[in-house]
Amino acid sequence: MAEFDITSKTRDGMGPHGTQVGLLRVLGPAHVWALGVGIVLVGEYMGWNFAVGKGGAYAALIACWLAGILYTCVAMIDSEVTSTVAAAGGQYTQAKHIVGPLMAFNVGLYLVFAYTMLEAANAITAGYLISQVAALTGYEGELNQKPFIVLSILFLAWLNYRGVLATLTFNLVITAIAFTAIIILFLSTSGVLGGSMMQHKALFEGAAALPYGWIGVLAAMHFGLWYYLGIEGTTQAAEEVRSPARALPFGTLAGIMTLLIAATLTWYICTGLIPWEFLGDGTNGSVAPLFDAARLTGSQPLVVLLGVGTLFATLASANGCINDASRAWFSLGRDKYLPGWFGAVHPKYRTPYRSIVFLVPIALAFALGAPLDQVITFSILSGLLGYTFMPINMILFRRKWPMDSIKRGYEHPFHPLPSIVLLTLCAVTFFAVFLGYGTQLVAMIVFYIVASLWFHFWRYRFVARAAQFTMPWPRPKGY
Amino acid sequence: MKYAPPKQSKLSQLFDVVILMTMTFGALYVPLYMGLAGGAKVEADPAKLVSFEAMGLNATQTAQYQALGFTAPSDIPAVFARFDYAINWGALAVMIVVIIAYYALVLRFSEKEYRDVISEKFGD
Repeated sequence: MAEFDITSKTRDGMGPHGTQVGLLRVLGPAHVWALGVGIVLVGEYMGWNFAVGKGGAYAALIACWLAGILYTCVAMIDSEVTSTVAAAGGQYTQAKHIVGPLMAFNVGLYLVFAYTMLEAANAITAGYLISQVAALTGYEGELNQKPFIVLSILFLAWLNYRGVLATLTFNLVITAIAFTAIIILFLSTSGVLGGSMMQHKALFEGAAALPYGWIGVLAAMHFGLWYYLGIEGTTQAAEEVRSPARALPFGTLAGIMTLLIAATLTWYICTGLIPWEFLGDGTNGSVAPLFDAARLTGSQPLVVLLGVGTLFATLASANGCINDASRAWFSLGRDKYLPGWFGAVHPKYRTPYRSIVFLVPIALAFALGAPLDQVITFSILSGLLGYTFMPINMILFRRKWPMDSIKRGYEHPFHPLPSIVLLTLCAVTFFAVFLGYGTQLVAMIVFYIVASLWFHFWRYRFVARAAQFTMPWPRPKGY
Repeated sequence: MKYAPPKQSKLSQLFDVVILMTMTFGALYVPLYMGLAGGAKVEADPAKLVSFEAMGLNATQTAQYQALGFTAPSDIPAVFARFDYAINWGALAVMIVVIIAYYALVLRFSEKEYRDVISEKFGD
């Protein structure tokens, strides 16, 4: 039983974990913002435009806002649960305390694969961008992108290995530059500064706006998630922030607001300059749409700025992904859900160094061997499975520990409305993925079913039972 | 009574990681190598790929393609392919069943494991 009053207003939700060396508590709300926005902002620089391909320009905008509602629900739910279950592993640790071990194992895998695939997608884009810069600066021939992909991942893994403060301070700076680049491009092209270059009316003529009709709007939700995917990763910093109850809700909710603005501006700029067919194909057409939009302005400074912005966004995202995937893997190892060897903290740098190193070749294997849309879909599907878990988690959390039975750092309003909206939008998105990528969806879920059976019937025997429950909470209601 | 997990050998730990990684790579690469991954698309009519006008694009759209460095749709035929959204109801039913079965399985086994955890943590 808890040895103190958990309803106390002076103590946050941290519990003991039995490790000899803990992660270092050095981060503030700005770092949480940088982690969340840093991971996601690359979604405006690449990937979101597949939504245009699946449904057309208006479909991508509707998807942008519907996905915005979905992620606002995610942020609200996450802020309440995480400010109470403040531990590395984020949603994994939440699931372990609220739903049960097998759900937690699955959520841990969702997190690791969503972030590792996103990291791979970032590295692919960084390699592509460098090859484009080489071509624009006069290099003749086909530049080999692979060394740049490998170098990007290795450099960022090294940075993560050396310490979280430097890692996320680096993210704060490059994320701020990448966000500013979008604002400057908007101001320069929309008519706010100088003449407008926007050609929405002419570019939306004919079938361009809604080429597939309303089913295209549904289909676009698949990649609509990419505008924001990863914002929930702020929870991974829970054990490294100085004040989880304050920093996590503040950083997460400020992050989702930043992304809603960035996503809408990005849609407005790109659809006003780039024909939808080219914009909508992120593999053979516009791999880096904001960079392509800058090219179409004919302004060299904007091309350089958005080139730098794209590169920084991919690096910030990959950096945050390494941070988050390794924390999730580390947490699985610490609880023996995976071999305990991964649960080690570096004695000097206080980072989950074995998990960081282990995930490097996996990210490389996907970055070097799979097409961008497949990698993105793999990441989105893992994220989507995680978002479907969240409303279940939230409803059970309120049921097992009603209000005032434990201290919550943040209490989200209108419960259970955000959970219901989130579950509904997740169902819509599953259907959206089915439209065009159904085989991958089924393959992915079959993977999670097999992994679940493996965990339940084999792996779970190595897990101590009561030791998993590390929060100083009272017994859940109904158990 | 408190559950005492068995000690796992290093070789067994390594084997567990290999199993998990094999499943992961299989989930992505098996559909990829079997040609089942990716968007279900219909190629554009080759006869229309000769010019932007033939594809039905207006002057502004054509000008933007030219500004991007393309002289004809045949330079980038893949971007003019279209998704096929004809719904296969059987496949949709399979997907729904698989998703529901997955969450039902996970929640059911989780509940059983969770009761053991709570029972050991707080006593019966």
